[in-house]
Amino acid sequence: MNASLTVTQSKREGAAVKTKESQSLPLTRPATPGGKETTSRGTPVSEVAFEVDSLSCWFGQHQAVQDLSLQIPAKAVTAIIGPSGCGKSTFLRSLNRMHELVRGSRLRGQIRLFGENIYGPRIDPTLIRRRVGMVFQKSNPFPTMSIRENVTVGLRLNGVRNHIALEERMEKALRMAALWEEVNEHLDRPGTSLSGGQQQRLCIARALAVQPDVLLMDEPASALDPIATTKIEELIQELKKDYTIVIVTHNMQQAARCSDYTAFFYMGRLIEYDKTDKVFTNPSNKQTEDYVTGRFG
Amino acid sequence: MNTSSRYHAWRKVKNLTMSGLSFTCATLVIAPLGLVLFYLITAGAGAIDWHFFTQLPKPVGETGGGMANAIVGTLTLLGLASLIGVPVGVLGGVYLSEYGGERMNWWIRFGADVLNGVPSIVWGIVAYTLVVVPLKGFSAYAGGVALGFMMIPLIIRTTEEVLLLVPNGYREAALALGIPRWRINLQIVMKTALRGIVTGVLLAGARIAGETAPLLFTAFGNRFWTHHLKDPIAALPLQIFTYAISPYDDWHRQAWAGALVLILMIFLINIGVRALTRERFSGATR
Amino acid sequence: MAETLTTTMGATDDVQLAPPSKVGDRIFKWLAMVMGLSVGALIVIVGFTLWRGASMSVHHFGTGFLTGSKWDPVQEVFGALPFIYGTLVSSLVALVIAVPLSIATAVFLTELAPPRVRQPLVSVIEMLSAVPSVVFGLWGIFVLISWLRVHLFPWLQKLFGFLPLFQGPNYGVSMLAAGIIIAIMILPIITSVSREILRSVPDLQREAAYGLGATRWEVTRIAVLSYAKRGLFGAVVLGLGRALGETMAVTMLIGNRPEISTSLLAPGYTLASVIANEFSEATTDLYLSALFEIALVLLGVTILTNILAQLLIASTAGPKTSRAIQ
Repeated sequence: MNASLTVTQSKREGAAVKTKESQSLPLTRPATPGGKETTSRGTPVSEVAFEVDSLSCWFGQHQAVQDLSLQIPAKAVTAIIGPSGCGKSTFLRSLNRMHELVRGSRLRGQIRLFGENIYGPRIDPTLIRRRVGMVFQKSNPFPTMSIRENVTVGLRLNGVRNHIALEERMEKALRMAALWEEVNEHLDRPGTSLSGGQQQRLCIARALAVQPDVLLMDEPASALDPIATTKIEELIQELKKDYTIVIVTHNMQQAARCSDYTAFFYMGRLIEYDKTDKVFTNPSNKQTEDYVTGRFG
Repeated sequence: MNTSSRYHAWRKVKNLTMSGLSFTCATLVIAPLGLVLFYLITAGAGAIDWHFFTQLPKPVGETGGGMANAIVGTLTLLGLASLIGVPVGVLGGVYLSEYGGERMNWWIRFGADVLNGVPSIVWGIVAYTLVVVPLKGFSAYAGGVALGFMMIPLIIRTTEEVLLLVPNGYREAALALGIPRWRINLQIVMKTALRGIVTGVLLAGARIAGETAPLLFTAFGNRFWTHHLKDPIAALPLQIFTYAISPYDDWHRQAWAGALVLILMIFLINIGVRALTRERFSGATR
Repeated sequence: MAETLTTTMGATDDVQLAPPSKVGDRIFKWLAMVMGLSVGALIVIVGFTLWRGASMSVHHFGTGFLTGSKWDPVQEVFGALPFIYGTLVSSLVALVIAVPLSIATAVFLTELAPPRVRQPLVSVIEMLSAVPSVVFGLWGIFVLISWLRVHLFPWLQKLFGFLPLFQGPNYGVSMLAAGIIIAIMILPIITSVSREILRSVPDLQREAAYGLGATRWEVTRIAVLSYAKRGLFGAVVLGLGRALGETMAVTMLIGNRPEISTSLLAPGYTLASVIANEFSEATTDLYLSALFEIALVLLGVTILTNILAQLLIASTAGPKTSRAIQ
């Protein structure tokens, strides 16, 4: 198998012409013990979760993402960094078809999730969103619901009635989000009664409960204190064994600490995309270097 | 030098005068409320007793009796009105806040404001034409339709307002879980704003509870119990009106008592509801 | 589609999410839209109902209906002028009383009152607006009228008796009495809308005037009131709309006599109160149709007034917040 991901900034036909050596990623296949060939449902394992092909996103007249192409590996953490307004959140939201919900938004290009075009003509965005979970900057447990209800809401409102199964899923999701020990005594308290960090982990559990393939995180720790942030980062390390994680962060230390690959966005363009070590220690692009060393941004 | 300091003093005097004047005006504005309440209590409280709430009106010439049928009638009419006003108003508000495009919303809001300004007597005529004429007689249904139509624009506006207070983050979080839009609206957005929606509905109810004009030739009034909604029905405001313009002293007394009960009903809803909302939305509303 | 759903949490349970069907979404959106559009439907229903009911009268009397001053159900001669006149006069009286009071109160509330006083005052004004028309009518009949007849009207006649406005016999029930009660009833709406308008005046305006050394009143006059002129006018027009359609209290206090009299102390009749009094007693089709036409006139005038008011208010108050999600 061809074990390298190629980043191109132009359209696909342009990729053949312009393949600078520095821009091809020597990606080794992410280790996925026990699940290499097939998943439980028998689909072939692909090492690439998302293939993004010349993606452009607009808000009205403003183009937030410009002709962007990259591939995001499965079961690894990919961090997206860049100064605010560089299009990293917009890009993230295009991965689960949330971008189109914004008034006046437009999008062009292709995104394939495990080989399937998520913007295909007969694709229901609702189904894509079930497969691609999302955690937001501001923790947002539903205020009218208990902890239990918050975790199971994605199942319940999608027609799951079986109480035993719901309980099972809830416990599993809370355990994966490293929250079970802290809340199992009072699952009926309102979700908003938890501390900020706990609320964010509750939101992660809520996203995990519908069993997505991918977890998108939009600055998940930016509103949290350092201790809560550490917990989230540890959790990300745990989760990447089973999930493809894409995390947007403005915190470069965080990207360096918890991601395997890092993409640097600037002014809606992908400037550099490589292994995290490489991006932070030996960036090939001057702008990237300036940014990671704190000279602008 | 001298003229300038005199001018300055003049400005100061003017400033004080105007401040004093505006304070006086504010007092004058609230004075009628005090006066009305004072007379309601002094003239009405004495006429309120157990019989007032349990008995039917007595025929002319006999003293005593009560307005039991009118109280029940008003509640019945409010119930009927809510059957029309609440679903239409609330869902209309959901449309404004969750679906409608900007231009369409502008028109709907504008239309609702125009409807709010339609004189209440006109709603009586509309319900007369739509219900009384086809049913060949005054009825509780007709009164309910008139009041229900009046509720719609009120509830649409309050519902939209409280739904817009629900942070977008909840909608996004729910969408990201792959929950269908209609379930999000029903079980997350509307549920989060439930208290505000209920508040709006109750305030609309309080507003129409005292309406008399739309009932004059729809519900019409009834001296007895109404056993079927196809028959005319009594209502507190109608009864107050009839008694107030009558020549009998005992009926005047009852009118005051009825007015006191009506206003207590309305104020209790208002005050209760406001206490309820303040606790919840104090941060979110202006 | 569904078979590519990989379960990374391990498929130990057999939880099946319902396939997303568009049906629920479509039904709900369609229902909400119908309910939203019901506003338009209601406007059409109101207009059409009145127009159809009035058509006989419109054909029979033509424009003479609006200019005729004789209202005689026995001979079936119907002219609406006395009602139009009574409605306009009582509403204007109400505005003359209510406008200065409510705008001054709004100024007091936004510019002068200490914060501790504001909220209670606003609540009291809200309560005033919750008092039903019929209760004001009751109070008017038994308290206000006798006070006017015994105290205010004789005094007015003594002071201003040379004006035709205050001549003639003093019955108590009169266009002036109706005007006063309408004024009380429109005070809250003019006050609260004016208050919203004044609050929408940017603080920058005020600060600029203060910076020039203006006194508080000068700031209010120069920076606030002149800035908010259009919106305040809108609030007044909105109050006028309510005044024109006010029914019960007016019916109880105006005397219900279809005559045109220059004196404010004389009884009159309004469009709304003639409907209230005579609609259920209208014996002939033409009589009923004439009352429909009265209602049509009333509706037309109030709707036009309201549209004007909304446009004026919207031009001052800032844009409404709208949601970000489609």
